[in-house]
Amino acid sequence: MITIDPVTRLEGHGKISIHLNEEGEVNAAYFQVPELRGFEKFIEGMPVEEMPRVTQRICGVCPTAHHMAATRALDDLWKVEPPSAAHKIREFIYNSFLHEDHTLHFYFLGGPDFVVGPDAPKAERNILGVIQAAGIEAGKKVIGMRKEIREIMTEITGKVIHPVFGLPGGISKALNKDIQDRAIKASERAIEFAQWTIGLFDKIVLGNEEYVKLITGDIYRNETYYMGMVDKNDKVNFYRGDIKIVDPNGKEYAKFDVHKYTDYIAEHVEPWTYVRQTYLKPIGWKGFVDGPDSGIYRVNPLARLNVAGGMATPLAQKEYERLYSTLGGKPVHATLAWHWARLVELLYAGERMLELASDPEFVDSNVRTLPDKLTEESRGIGVVEAPRGTLIHDYTTDENAVIKHANLIVATQQNAAPINMGIGQAARGLIQKGVPVTDGLLNKVEMAFRAYDPCFACATHTLPGQLPLNLEIYDHRDKLLQKVNMANYDRIDTIDSRIQEEIK
Amino acid sequence: MKPKVGFYWMGTCGGCEESVVDLAERILDVVAAVDIIFWPVAMDFKLEDVEAMADGSIAVAIINGSVKTSHDEYVAKMLRKKAGLVIAYGSCAHLGGIPGLANFHSIDAIFDRVYKEVPTVYNDKGIVPQLRTEIDGMILELPTINNTVQKLDDIVSVDYYIPGCAPNPDLLMAGIQAILSGNLPPVGSVLSPNRNMCDSCPKERKEEKIMVKEFKRYYEIIPDEDQCLLEQGLMCLGPVTRIGCGELCMKANMPCRGCYGPTDQIEDMGTKYASALATIWYETNEEDIDRIVRSIPNFASIAYMFSLPASIMKRKRIKSEVDFK
Repeated sequence: MITIDPVTRLEGHGKISIHLNEEGEVNAAYFQVPELRGFEKFIEGMPVEEMPRVTQRICGVCPTAHHMAATRALDDLWKVEPPSAAHKIREFIYNSFLHEDHTLHFYFLGGPDFVVGPDAPKAERNILGVIQAAGIEAGKKVIGMRKEIREIMTEITGKVIHPVFGLPGGISKALNKDIQDRAIKASERAIEFAQWTIGLFDKIVLGNEEYVKLITGDIYRNETYYMGMVDKNDKVNFYRGDIKIVDPNGKEYAKFDVHKYTDYIAEHVEPWTYVRQTYLKPIGWKGFVDGPDSGIYRVNPLARLNVAGGMATPLAQKEYERLYSTLGGKPVHATLAWHWARLVELLYAGERMLELASDPEFVDSNVRTLPDKLTEESRGIGVVEAPRGTLIHDYTTDENAVIKHANLIVATQQNAAPINMGIGQAARGLIQKGVPVTDGLLNKVEMAFRAYDPCFACATHTLPGQLPLNLEIYDHRDKLLQKVNMANYDRIDTIDSRIQEEIK
Repeated sequence: MKPKVGFYWMGTCGGCEESVVDLAERILDVVAAVDIIFWPVAMDFKLEDVEAMADGSIAVAIINGSVKTSHDEYVAKMLRKKAGLVIAYGSCAHLGGIPGLANFHSIDAIFDRVYKEVPTVYNDKGIVPQLRTEIDGMILELPTINNTVQKLDDIVSVDYYIPGCAPNPDLLMAGIQAILSGNLPPVGSVLSPNRNMCDSCPKERKEEKIMVKEFKRYYEIIPDEDQCLLEQGLMCLGPVTRIGCGELCMKANMPCRGCYGPTDQIEDMGTKYASALATIWYETNEEDIDRIVRSIPNFASIAYMFSLPASIMKRKRIKSEVDFK
């Protein structure tokens, strides 16, 4: 058994173990979440209007996603329509957040595997290596872009880590001309930054035949259903719209208002992990398998692109078309192509920011509609697309707006089962009898989950930018062979020889 | 030789880690002045690397998150041995934080809700996660989730506290500078000014003494942006909360929820806040006071939003733990 522990947080911590059989081939792989905080229970009895400030403590990396899902749920709970300006400011903030989060994922997490190389020395396979490869100016640009956007987010939302501005029927404060001017400038830079990033991706990844083979190969491929939100014109939207599902052939399977989510999403409990596994209810739980007969679906940037008819902004639409024409049409099942999809969304987020910030209503003084008092029990459901996928908050309250029940469907949770399959598949494809278990090879196993979960981006939202991996290798009798520091090549070799010996 | 610094996270959301990254270019100054020898979120050093270090060989361990699992406890104790100074970083390590609200419930009730009751779960067999599961001869293990969420100093002694959810990066920078210069306050200090939020709040009171006729909830009013929010009837924890955040929530026209914890003079945030509120009620007859009190649903969850594990009650008493004999 090979254990990767910790693989850093995912609503806490994550752990991967790969079990080998007597032949030294991969028998099974498990992705475990060893933590539970129980938000769904402990928010019972609380005033529901506190939820945008409380439930975002699920994740400090994507607090804006939870804050916004909760705020949308409050609009719904009171059946109150925010003024148009409030919607625009919220959506501006939401796209700013997506931009900042996607940027960091690309440069600090996913990027190093491609920019520096999957087989590069571990010490270089991080953001510093990226800066070295792309130039110090590039590093400054990334840090500068993030800082500029996060400062504007702080000013508008109150706090960038755990915003406070979301209220039922609007936001807490109107904006002035000065911040609008800065928001427009930041948006223009955000578009330029996204184009520049796509240029880098083109040169470094798409220009490298080996990488393209890796992306389009079978190791990182799962044929599943996909889920994401689309607007009225069937275009990707992060902030509001209907939920759409396509089948593994890319055909529309369902399109529904979030109020019907319990007709489509169901959850399964496994005894070996604290996270619930989601699946499509009409199809049912068939275990950790892909294909049209299994209810497993995926959410994330590529899932959103796969379900939608396109992007709502011109530059992103062009990039969207280029992605599909390069990778052979819709849907794309290649897990590693999610990195590219993320950049399509990065460009869309920048373009959408500019549209919203330039709108005259951005400085409208009317940003709140006060709701009528509840007279009976009520239920509010809110959905947004978090960076890593569809996020649903569902609150039921009494007539005093105090929570009776809550349900939260979190993006990472929906990808937990696919991650389990992806890990096993990558491991089976890479770890074989007679093939040395090198650092680069294990890194390629890591790449299978790294593509999935930008929540791991928080692991690398920092300069050193490397995932901490503890690796334990066990034989087929689950006897620990050796503990390894993966940064140490010699010891990897030792393990390899011991595995080979054990297999003999 | 540069002093060694280790970062660790326990039961946390990752916001504290983000606040460290929000040092932006200043993080380079930090890296120039200290050697980071452990930071699971960002660097490749392992627990076993720290375990192999001599006791006391780390200058400072900066730990965030609440204590939730058996594994958290183990790492906190190990780091305490290795480190000269331990800093509790952020609301969760300092006071228990929002995950500490779980102390209003038992872990059994939480498991029931999460794995059996939510409307999307289909679990006929009533399966709940197990500490040890055997599948085809393979063993999969999970750590224990404790019944009670604790703060860091319930497990190990803590030298300093940096408060906030998430902490203001300026406080972290100031704390690191204080340690490097040896210019340290008494052990046990909270490294943020010991003043109360109302002192620095940009909003103004209309009257010298606040008098509240009834409490309002967020959705009931659009408060005046320049006026004290408590005066306008919104529950604001400013009167019992320490400064250091930059009054960010009030600047966004939202009331304080107390994430920086109390000033040194206050033992327990919730009871102090209750007594503060009792002095500002406009009404004096019992009937009206009762009406005002009833206008606040679940006072405890607001007053202890970030500090239940640090309160005098620590958690709701669970019946099954009480001996009725």
